[in-house]
Order: sequence, then structure tokens, then C-alpha cells
Amino acid sequence: MGDGTQLGKVRGLGSAKHGSHHWLQQRLTALGNILLVGFLFVSLVRLPLGDHGAVLRWAANPLVAVALVLLLVSVFWHLRLGLQVLIEDYVHGPMRLLALVLLNFYVVGGAAYGIFAIARIALAPVTAGPGGM
Amino acid sequence: MAGNETNARPRAPHLQVYKWGPAMAVSILHRASGDGLAIVGALMFLWWLGAIAAGPDAYAAFVACVWHDPSPEITLFHQITNILGKVVLVGLTWAFFQHLFSGLRHLILDTGAGYELKTNKLWSVVVIAAGVSATIATWLYIMAGAL
Repeated sequence: MGDGTQLGKVRGLGSAKHGSHHWLQQRLTALGNILLVGFLFVSLVRLPLGDHGAVLRWAANPLVAVALVLLLVSVFWHLRLGLQVLIEDYVHGPMRLLALVLLNFYVVGGAAYGIFAIARIALAPVTAGPGGM
Repeated sequence: MAGNETNARPRAPHLQVYKWGPAMAVSILHRASGDGLAIVGALMFLWWLGAIAAGPDAYAAFVACVWHDPSPEITLFHQITNILGKVVLVGLTWAFFQHLFSGLRHLILDTGAGYELKTNKLWSVVVIAAGVSATIATWLYIMAGAL
């Protein structure tokens, strides 16, 4: 879009003035990801992942559930910014708009699916029995 | 739309004319690992969360597909996905560490530090080596725990 040619200037296709906003958000969500994905990584290595009851009890812990929701927000925000740049670099013409729309569907839909899954886990009625709390 | 009209402004030469160096490699690996995490990693994570929420049977089906099918007669599909699942998980581990270390490098570069040629080359090599090393260390730890 408008790389400073005279025609571009006439058409008003200059910078969208969103560049520094995008740049800053990418860094801030990167900081969030270091903490939250770091926490997830350590948890995944330490959890008995084959044991549904143990994984469920871990994810249902209020602090863990909040951390997982924050992780989804931070990660999906960050990956939206990253994949947006990927699309802008490699996809041209009308397909670019389609790709960016699909990206937004993926990001909003994916984050909503994940957050709802955590809500189901954290708010599910506690079942008595082996493995239950 | 811009991009169709002829443009006399100078352009960067195509990538092929450059000799590959560690900084270029770490740059494209940052993009590749990030995109891998953004698509494969995020979808695997959502699949896992959905399986936890859906209950023990759904979770067992997830584990049987991605990691190990405990049934006596394993279907050909699960034989393939059990191998593919481990390859993807090792790949995601590497992508996580590569993107993490490379991202930390970018945060330091953002301060204006580390652009001297030798320093830049050194830390590019360190990032790549650290990503591979951390991946190997993680899976040795996991395999040691499994034995």
C-alpha cells in the first residue's frame, strides 16, 4: 500500500498510522507469553498427562484456570499480530483481504473455544469418586 | 491498488544474491517457528483443552490418538497418528524454545544493543544452539521419567 509514489500520495494510500501500535502490542503480548507459556510448559512436563483426573484437578484450580484464560488471550492476540504480518508479506491482491478475515475468525473463534473449555472445566460440578476431589 | 503500477523507485535485490549467515537463519526460523506454534501449536492446545473439558472418555481418545493407544489391536490410523503425534510434539517443543530464545533476542535488539557484526552473529548462533539443546534436554527428561 502506498510506498510514497506520487500516485499513492494522491490516492491517500499512505501509512495507516497503526504501525507503532502493532509493534508495541506484539512486544507486550510477547512478555505475557514468556510468563504464561513458560508456566504452561513447566506444568505440561510435570503433570501426569495420561491421567484425566489429575489434569482436570490441575486445570480446575482457580489460579490455574485464570492463568490459562490469560494465556489464551495473550497467545491468540500475539499470534494474530504475527500471522497478520505473514499474510501481508506473502499474500497479495484480493486474497489478502480474505486471508486477513479468515485469520480474525480463527483467532476469535479459537480463543472463544479455549476460554469456554476452561470455563467448563473450572465450573463443572465436582464429581465424587476415585480421582474426584 | 498499489503494486500494479510500474515503479522506478529502488528495490532491494532478491534474497538469492546474499550469502546465508546465522542472522538470516535465526530471522526466518523465528517466523517459521512462530507460524508453527500459531497454527499447529494453538490447535493442538485447543484440542487438548476441549478433551479435558469433554470428560475421561474424550480425553482417553485424545491420548490414544496423539500419544499411545493402549488397546490390544491398534488401528492403522492410530499407528500412524501415534508416531505423527510424537513428531509434532517434539517439533512444537523445538518451535517453542526457538521462538522464545529468538524473541528474547529481538527484545534485546529493540533496545538498540547487539547490532555489531560479531555480537549479532554470536547471539544468532547461540539462539539456534540453545533452541536445539533445550529441546533435547526436555525430551531426555521426559523419557527418563517414562522409564
